[in-house]
Amino acid sequence: MGDDGDSGLTASELRDFRRLAGIMVPACAEYGVPGADDAAIFADIIRSLGRDRNDVRKALEQLRGLAGEEFDTLEASTAEAAATALLEREGAEIMALGRAVLQCYYRDDRVVRSLGLEPRAPFPKGHVLEQGDWSLLDAVRGRPRMWRDVEGRGS
Amino acid sequence: MAGANTPRPTDDIVDVLIIGSGASGAAVAWGLVESRLKILCLEQGDWVRSSDFPTHGRDWEARRYADFDISPNRRARDTDYPVNDNNSVMKVANFNGVGGGTILYTAHFPRMHPSDFRVRTLDGVADNWPIDYWTLEPYFAENDRMMGVAGLAGDPAYPAHEPTMPPVPLGRSGTRYARALNKLGWHWWPSDISVATTDYDGRARCINLGHCTPGCAQGAKASVDITYWPRALRAGVELRTRCRVRQITTNEHGMASGATYYDPSGTERFQPAEVVILAANGIGTPRLLLNSASSRFPNGLANSSGLVGKNLMLHPWPQVSGYVDEEMDGDRGPQTVMWSKEFYETDPSRGFVRGYTLQFGRGTGPVNEAITNLGTGRLPWGKHHHRAYRTLMYRRLLVGVACEDLPEEHNRMTLDPVLKDSHGIPAAKIDYTISENTRRMMEHGIARATEILTAAGAKKVFASRTVLNSPGHLLGTARMGTDPERSVVNEWGRCHDVKNLFIVDGSIWVTSGGVNPTSTIQALALYIADSIKQRLATLFD
Repeated sequence: MGDDGDSGLTASELRDFRRLAGIMVPACAEYGVPGADDAAIFADIIRSLGRDRNDVRKALEQLRGLAGEEFDTLEASTAEAAATALLEREGAEIMALGRAVLQCYYRDDRVVRSLGLEPRAPFPKGHVLEQGDWSLLDAVRGRPRMWRDVEGRGS
Repeated sequence: MAGANTPRPTDDIVDVLIIGSGASGAAVAWGLVESRLKILCLEQGDWVRSSDFPTHGRDWEARRYADFDISPNRRARDTDYPVNDNNSVMKVANFNGVGGGTILYTAHFPRMHPSDFRVRTLDGVADNWPIDYWTLEPYFAENDRMMGVAGLAGDPAYPAHEPTMPPVPLGRSGTRYARALNKLGWHWWPSDISVATTDYDGRARCINLGHCTPGCAQGAKASVDITYWPRALRAGVELRTRCRVRQITTNEHGMASGATYYDPSGTERFQPAEVVILAANGIGTPRLLLNSASSRFPNGLANSSGLVGKNLMLHPWPQVSGYVDEEMDGDRGPQTVMWSKEFYETDPSRGFVRGYTLQFGRGTGPVNEAITNLGTGRLPWGKHHHRAYRTLMYRRLLVGVACEDLPEEHNRMTLDPVLKDSHGIPAAKIDYTISENTRRMMEHGIARATEILTAAGAKKVFASRTVLNSPGHLLGTARMGTDPERSVVNEWGRCHDVKNLFIVDGSIWVTSGGVNPTSTIQALALYIADSIKQRLATLFD
């Protein structure tokens, strides 16, 4: 089976990955957010794999090994069990898989808005940062010199 | 011509050839301009345009794991060189481009302390520096003026000095830390940070983009491409980018004669020079010296001591986090806010010598919070993901423990026998372990940070003992000293073995202190530039 377009993943890998993404971060009515298998989010994930592509493919290969057959065709509880077993593993492949999903999920406009944030780049608007309570420094201002005066130059 | 390896020049000779345009290369270039010498800097990377920085786009957080990753191995731009750090518990961080590491640093800008230069005398370990704090004091001040440093005078943990701008706001996070530290009766002070809190010297003030490390689109963070370099270029210094140096060459007198390098087209050239200054960081500089071995210098250039590449110090830096029940600053301000020097100076009752800075952070953005919490096991996958995430985001307090890392010869950089860069130049390999003294220091710092976070009302406190590629400071691999058998450069940066070869970067550090190094690296570079200027008539004696 050949690569699917420019993604570097095969069609079956894409199907497995999309299903896995939906298990990793499912849609949630309580917060009104889509899952990571949402068409727009998943397209962003695939488009943005970059340096993680090879590790993600290795993770998907592990998933297929755990599933024993095509992950995409498993019934729900079996698929969830295989996904959980994969995600409980440690290693660079699993971290890359998580990073690939999260870095796109948490920049989706709908998700960002649900967090109470503006869906925008930081520049040029920036943010407002309150000064905080500088009177707290009064407790420190009067402290004696703490640095070791090696050469007798202290004041 | 016995021992000479100088090829036929392809370029006009210069008085001073600087290799590397980062923190120290920029400072030494500017420091030398009034000498009217003809100065050239070769830089293997590019200029970074403001519009290139990640905070311009919606993928701003993801790019810190891609083309703005601090690891050269992951970033893997065509201007990067690989580093084999498989045999090290800590990894290397750098940036190859005009500005070097100042492009990808957090701008925390503490100076070394006076005691840091006298560790043998005070604590019986390592070696004293051949210079002291007061030698560098005027250069610290000059560098603060050039870079623009926000802070507050009066810190009892330091000799008096006057930051050039008001401190960054405490914010919610800093206020919470401050209350906790006051409850414990421990020192804290707003950090010196090289971020413009007012319009400063042509730079616009900070607007709290909150993503300082991978470059500042506003230009409020002081990176030397926008501080030193514009002035140095206006004064006549030449800077050539995409020029990767392969070797420092020597003549029949054992003096440096220049450098062979690859120009942007990949053509090998030879740049002759009267003086060569290395400013290529604590890995790049020893790599270049070892790659410059010749029949006259069979163990590498300037390496009669055998210490080139040895005594690598990387600053172990545990990070301790906890979660509070209300929103903190997160990514809505400069990442570091304040420091505590309560445990900086040696107290033998603690079971280790030397000490550490506690560095207090605000947090990160939505993506990085998710990835961080995933890595620490706090963020589950599946149906509980969303609720858990909303209890974590913007609620994390973060304390870094900046430990002094003492020099040990077995911690070293050597040439990898297999790995090479894109020009076929042997790559660096590092071997590094954390000493028992440092481990005790780390555990002490983790315990104190935990106390602070607990006093701040944080729950679910956890510690990461080493964090991948963090901080990645590269120090000590061509140390400074007066004894040629125990050091590579003398007390003003000149190589003992090659009297027209200087080193100005973090390689020359004798010990590491427990602070971020950029301020001291640059003060040293300015000091060495001044030393060269004062000795021009007798420079090679």
